[in-house]
Amino acid sequence: MSTFVEEPTPVESIPEGYLSGFYSRGRDWVPAIIVLVLALVAWQEGIRIFHIERFLLPKPTAIAQNLVDNWSQLWSSGWYTFQEALGGFIVGCSLGILSSFVIARFRILGEAFMPYAIAANAIPIIAFAPILNAWFGIGQESKMAVAAILCYFPVLINMVRGLTSVPPASIELMRSYAASETTIFRRVRLPNSLPYLFSALKVASVLAMIGAIVGEYFGGSQEQLGIIIKNSASLFMFETAWAAIVVACLLGIGFYLAVSLAEHLSMSWHPSSRGASG
Amino acid sequence: MSPAAAAVSIKGVSKTFPGGTTALQGIDLEIGPGEFVSLIGPSGCGKSTLLRVIGDLIAPSAGETLVNGKPAQQARREREYGIVFQDAVLFDWRTVAKNIALPLELAGWSRQKRHERVARMLKLVELKGFEDHHPWQLSGGMQQRVSIARALAFDPTLLLMDEPFGALDEMTRERLNMELLRIWEASGSTIVFVTHSISEAVFLSTRVVVMSPRPGRVADVVTVDLGQPRSAETREEPRFFELVTQVRDALHAGHGAKEPA
Amino acid sequence: MAAIAIEQPRRSRSLSRRAALYLLVPVLFVVGYSTYRWLGIHFHWTRPFVVDDITMPSLWSIVSALFEPSRVNGPLLISVLLQAAAFTAKEAVIGFALGATIGFVLGAVLFQSRLLQRGFMPYIVASQTVPILAVAPMVVVWMKSGWQSVAVIAAYLTFFPVTINTLRGLQSADPRAVELMRSYAASQWTVLWKLRVPAALPFLFAAFKISATACVVGAIIGELPSSIQDGLGGAILNFAQYYSIEPANLWATNIIAALLGISFFLVVVVVERLVVRRAPEHVA
Repeated sequence: MSTFVEEPTPVESIPEGYLSGFYSRGRDWVPAIIVLVLALVAWQEGIRIFHIERFLLPKPTAIAQNLVDNWSQLWSSGWYTFQEALGGFIVGCSLGILSSFVIARFRILGEAFMPYAIAANAIPIIAFAPILNAWFGIGQESKMAVAAILCYFPVLINMVRGLTSVPPASIELMRSYAASETTIFRRVRLPNSLPYLFSALKVASVLAMIGAIVGEYFGGSQEQLGIIIKNSASLFMFETAWAAIVVACLLGIGFYLAVSLAEHLSMSWHPSSRGASG
Repeated sequence: MSPAAAAVSIKGVSKTFPGGTTALQGIDLEIGPGEFVSLIGPSGCGKSTLLRVIGDLIAPSAGETLVNGKPAQQARREREYGIVFQDAVLFDWRTVAKNIALPLELAGWSRQKRHERVARMLKLVELKGFEDHHPWQLSGGMQQRVSIARALAFDPTLLLMDEPFGALDEMTRERLNMELLRIWEASGSTIVFVTHSISEAVFLSTRVVVMSPRPGRVADVVTVDLGQPRSAETREEPRFFELVTQVRDALHAGHGAKEPA
Repeated sequence: MAAIAIEQPRRSRSLSRRAALYLLVPVLFVVGYSTYRWLGIHFHWTRPFVVDDITMPSLWSIVSALFEPSRVNGPLLISVLLQAAAFTAKEAVIGFALGATIGFVLGAVLFQSRLLQRGFMPYIVASQTVPILAVAPMVVVWMKSGWQSVAVIAAYLTFFPVTINTLRGLQSADPRAVELMRSYAASQWTVLWKLRVPAALPFLFAAFKISATACVVGAIIGELPSSIQDGLGGAILNFAQYYSIEPANLWATNIIAALLGISFFLVVVVVERLVVRRAPEHVA
């Protein structure tokens, strides 16, 4: 069978095992720390040397100052926005996983749906945000809906691939034990799909944050991080805008790391979590 | 024979890997031009390592290796040998023809010359008609034949082969053994052949070098005085079985185990 | 000697059966949407959202809106949208080309040095987790240069997946193939271009598929704060403003935006088909 958009490609942009194996010794972190320090120094000095206007690109120290000054407001906005991302993440991923079970069980559904799922993954779903605002108002629900939709498709696509790309020999083995489809599903397909699942969850965590923040650009209340970024930027209050972006980054990284931790805990048997040899 | 005339001259070669494993110890071996020499021994005896030392893919810890009178490194730079691995190691993104042409491209041959040589090689390994196939469309045996064709593409005087038929079934293996002998006769090259199979070693070679378990040393060298050209009947000659037994005994002696009466 | 080529398993379904399968989803969608809308209006559903002509315009009104002028005496909506799409596409393509090139070069450079990898990997990984689009309004206001800044955003979104996948792809070459190249006394440069880069192509295209979509999204988002009127982002903002008067226009815009994203993706898929020849998978 050769459809135009055949095998769904797994959605994965971050190499497995890179972090754990690569940085096994403490001193392996030194180059990275050096890079960070150099970058910050270059930023700070570059502004001074090239006389970059403060309102264009503030110094790291100024941003840090702003962060400290506005911390409580930034943090509560961040938390407010994060709830949107988290809610959307949970809803979107759960629905994606459930759908994948159905599709993996009834292959014929897969043939019908998967090309559209792949196409849907290529759509700028964020463009749908204003309509979702019309549906759910400009509160948290509409951003959650954006995040949920963004999470749904990558999880669905990856899970289907994970559940169906089992080596034929394993299936034959189970059949030789007269195992039912359900047993095969539980004991072979599901474990096989875990790496794919976590790969998609990591991508989804990023998308959920993006969905929440960018969704706010289309309309939201003052408590939302995206609104703070947008308004500060348009008022040329760049220090505040960057401080808010830092908060957004911290939340995004934190979310991602939480998912990675969950992955590590549940999948310590998998070669990828034991470290790549580069 | 004098070292200058030898195709491969190995003197006092030892290899200890950084972890501490000593793979080879004090190997001395002379291989004459046109010979077919098999290296056989238990797993871990260093035969693949030795092959790679000859090919300058691994640097020895001690000793000297000469290929056609030159140091191994120079021989590699001047492309004096072709190598065949157990896996065909073909490039999936190239057709059969382009896979065979790879070394010729690297050597800067013109398209016309490459085309001619590839055609000749395909004829040699009896794969005419498969020029435009991709590796995954071929069976294991066919892939190995492409690999051999590639190794011979620029007519090297020396061919290094690392268990090339190890992953194939017995019937394909015996067929390819005959083919390899035919190719050997036609090209007149020297072949150093690593294998696990005693019968294969005896069938193919002019001499069989038996290696001891780690650290690898030359335990014995058995001269195979069966007639040339070899054929399927050769496998049934009494002398064949005698030689196989001789090699087996040498392997067990190296191992220290007694042959059951 | 008989040729024993490997048989590809073929699942044969008749053409008409396959066509029926592929039409299943669109048909279901049309039927589902229209039914929900009808029921929602008829029974005054308010959960999960109020259903009326504004929140769910009829599919017919959306399609017909495309072929009406969007402003009085103006051009047809569809031509307005297609022009806007072309504008956004230009930004996205330039961004993609820029980002892919930089990403590839960076990946190749990182490949050469473990030290460089150790230095930069955390930031590359971290930047993937950061809501990059959050920076979009900043960049655009900053650069003040219209569509170029949008292209920069698109480039930024492309560059990280391409870098990482270039690195992985270059590392994916079979070690025995590397030995083979050494036996040919091939230079590092030759090994790179004859072995590692072709081996990296599947990885590259996986990244391109992600990037193609990301570029379109990045271009649209980038247009939002900068009041660039000419692209799809501007169209979305515009029609969002007048949504309660003419909801169909915004839905139509979404359809065009969707088609833009899908066509970018398809282009990558087609190019991949032509360029990358690999063994098909055998899975159950």
